[in-house]
Amino acid sequence: MAATATATGAPTSRLGKQAVEIDDRLIVAGPLRRTLNKVFPDHWSFLLGEIALYSFLIALLSGTYLTFFFDPSLREVVYEGSYAPLRGVEMSAAYDSALNLSFDVRGGLFMRQVHHWAALMFVASIVVHLLRIFFTGAFRRPRETNWLIGVVMLVLALLMGVTGYTLPDDLLSGTGLRIISAIILSIPVIGTWAHWAVFGGEFVGELIIGRFYIAHVLIIPAILLALIAVHLLLLVKQKHTQFAGPGRTEHNVVGNRLFPTFAAKATGLLFVVFGVIAALGGLVQINPVWLWGPYNPSQVSAASQPDWYILFLDGSTRIFPAWDINLPGDYTIPALFWPTVVIAGAMFTLLALYPNIERKLTGDTASHHLLQRPRDVPVRTSLGMMGLTFYLVLMLSGGNDVFADKFDVSLNAMIWFGRLGVIVIPPIVYVLTYRICLGLQKHDREVLEHGIETGVIRRLPHGEFIEVHQPLGPVDEHGHGILAYGGAPVPKKMNQIGGARRAIRGFFKPIEEPAQVELEQRAEGRGIAADERRELTSSGRPSEGGRPSEGGRPSDGGRPQAPRD
Amino acid sequence: MTTHDTRPGSSGGADTPGPLYGGPDDDYTPEQLAAMPREDLDRLGARYDGVEILHVDPGPEPGSPMEKRAIRQVGLLFTLAGLCAFAFVVVYVGSGWFFPDWQWDVTETGWSAFFTPLLGLTMGLSLALVGVGLVLYSKKLLPHETAVQDKHDGSHFDRVTTGATLVGGLHNSGLARRKLITRSLGFMGGGLGLMLLMPLGGLINNPNTGNPLGRTAWAEGVRLVRNDGSPIRPGDQEPGSLETVFPAVAGGNRQSDAATMLIRLRPAQLAEARPREGQDEFGYGDYVAYSKICTHAGCPVSLYEQETSRILCPCHQSQFDVTQGAKPVFGPATRSLPQLPITVDDEGYFVARGDYPEAVGPTYWNRERI
Repeated sequence: MAATATATGAPTSRLGKQAVEIDDRLIVAGPLRRTLNKVFPDHWSFLLGEIALYSFLIALLSGTYLTFFFDPSLREVVYEGSYAPLRGVEMSAAYDSALNLSFDVRGGLFMRQVHHWAALMFVASIVVHLLRIFFTGAFRRPRETNWLIGVVMLVLALLMGVTGYTLPDDLLSGTGLRIISAIILSIPVIGTWAHWAVFGGEFVGELIIGRFYIAHVLIIPAILLALIAVHLLLLVKQKHTQFAGPGRTEHNVVGNRLFPTFAAKATGLLFVVFGVIAALGGLVQINPVWLWGPYNPSQVSAASQPDWYILFLDGSTRIFPAWDINLPGDYTIPALFWPTVVIAGAMFTLLALYPNIERKLTGDTASHHLLQRPRDVPVRTSLGMMGLTFYLVLMLSGGNDVFADKFDVSLNAMIWFGRLGVIVIPPIVYVLTYRICLGLQKHDREVLEHGIETGVIRRLPHGEFIEVHQPLGPVDEHGHGILAYGGAPVPKKMNQIGGARRAIRGFFKPIEEPAQVELEQRAEGRGIAADERRELTSSGRPSEGGRPSEGGRPSDGGRPQAPRD
Repeated sequence: MTTHDTRPGSSGGADTPGPLYGGPDDDYTPEQLAAMPREDLDRLGARYDGVEILHVDPGPEPGSPMEKRAIRQVGLLFTLAGLCAFAFVVVYVGSGWFFPDWQWDVTETGWSAFFTPLLGLTMGLSLALVGVGLVLYSKKLLPHETAVQDKHDGSHFDRVTTGATLVGGLHNSGLARRKLITRSLGFMGGGLGLMLLMPLGGLINNPNTGNPLGRTAWAEGVRLVRNDGSPIRPGDQEPGSLETVFPAVAGGNRQSDAATMLIRLRPAQLAEARPREGQDEFGYGDYVAYSKICTHAGCPVSLYEQETSRILCPCHQSQFDVTQGAKPVFGPATRSLPQLPITVDDEGYFVARGDYPEAVGPTYWNRERI
């Protein structure tokens, strides 16, 4: 310190002087310090959203690279590239350039696959992030706006995917486009008009790839970027939620400061996500468009499935019964309308409105910054599991022909399984989840009341055998723990409360002294977490001379409690 | 005007900060700050931002075996990451130079088949190793601190003062009293919004002019040809077989609604065939022709299982029975596949006797009306 500044604080080092010069002009020292000091709570599940952000970043970068080579046009050309089996075949310029990108651009195939994997990872991490937010109640006031933005981004991510995998104009994506066309046509009243507006005429026309392209590379990404900015801004402004635990309240955030710990970990995660996607992009083939061939309206291959995130709509379409609704005046609402437009619309509307629905039903309008454990909110958890099951049955039905083929079951049976399963299985899952939640709650209460099972069996003078229980805190005159449940995980094993010393570090030979570790363990009192833990673990250990508040049972003299009544 | 001009309204003169200037600089003089050690300054700034550092676990002791081991691990990871990155460069640049060519050939299983996987492996490993190195660094070498930051709810002071500024501005604008302005503003806003939306009208086309959805290239006398353009005689197909045919017009085999399945029924199928009402005469002998475009979502129905007389659409598993006028017997489709009336021309080749009697492809709102 003394070496880098004079008595008045003016820096003497070169770097310090430059920093002062910069701050004189930009006045960033204050905001920068506030940013560096920002505290982030530490839990693995808070990183799921980051994975989505980083995947989007990779998709953006790799996608930009792809645009240098891709020609979004349905102009008919004859393929002359280096992939021999298709040479001389008539195809669209879009498919031709997708092939050239894969075979005649150095590293082009790698980039295309990286792009596709990044997109899959993007949607997948959004969904997992959403599940975390849902099941922990992080969407409650004041974060309803961010939940809504998140759901909108999920929908945009799906649109991004659909417009993206349609672009190469191969047989698979063309089949998908044909189905999109049929879905638009199926909308009552405005169907044909909507189709003509989107496709510029009858299927397939010459415009659609160009329109999907600009939506895919400009319109949707621009909206997504803006929403991501708002999403993060709100997150910073409202601060992160945290799980209940020692010292954590509704009015603080306990964790690491941004600099350097959180920044190092987040950058590490960024590189790991980049690395995993790059490895997938090179090693795991995805969407080999050259195998599908150019789109031809009279051809299709079996097991035509969309990317995984659209599979649930494919499934709902497959299992929906053949119910056209014929209205007077020879008007028809096609059966296709319900499982695609209505189901998808209802699912996402319900998802978007869930925070409001829950607030209405529970009457809980307070602000919450502490997360809930799913078991503590059994109705929400069960509803969530029910919705998830509904989604999964639809998704499985989207691949029912593959199941029928691989497991040699009747395809019609698979369809009936989907039709019945989508109605029957979710309520069963609801009831099961509800019971499991209650069971877990009860077990938490039981451990708090009677202590942890130590596995030590003791024989009493009159011959009765009892298992010795280790109470987690002070007990009342009946030997029952008086520690109340605080929404944090309850330790269930002796090792979790310091029943055993931690393992000595070192792989081939120990690199620390066992005695040193023992001392360190005893002296360990780190932050508020350890304070709490010390109180828990020290109490009741015979070696420590009994627990602090002995309650009304001096006769037990600090020995572990046997269960009573 | 010079910078020393002190007249009212000038920018120069005795330029001293006003009474609102200040902040923490008023509380801590540079001398005070200079006398504080770095750790205290760090905590002072943190405290100023509402952050309390509760506990710092200082990380491994310098020079201890723990630290040495961690440094070795992190260093090794970063070195490996660098090596992988260089390997990527070597593979990328070297292919076709000192390595065999990277361009893939269907028959080849050598270097070019490994080019893309090697790119992925080297880049993936390199990036992931950097990430793991950083995580290990922060876990094993950085001090672990536990910090608490206060979370503030909205400030009452902020609300009241902001509200006063907003309401004051609105009040000064007089919009509440000056009704003509509010109304004309509303009128203008509506008009402008509508005007800016108007260019989207270029997207609107009338789907009903010329009935494009109800019409295909099939017409009386148009020959049924294969994908390669060759016409078909009744003797060309085995009983029980299916061939995809197209109208003999320019680009007929690329049209999205014209693809047709020409099916020759087996005698057993023919015996139990029950065509749709009014379409008994649509076939020719033991031949029938149905649209290949599924009436559900428009996929080409392709999988013909002649033992059961069923045609399956691979997209959503609708099944049609060719002996019952291609009626849907299972799955989500609701309508029969339209049947093309066919006959044989003077030269003995199959021709259509007209267009399909109904719209082919997926159902839509006013299909029955056109």
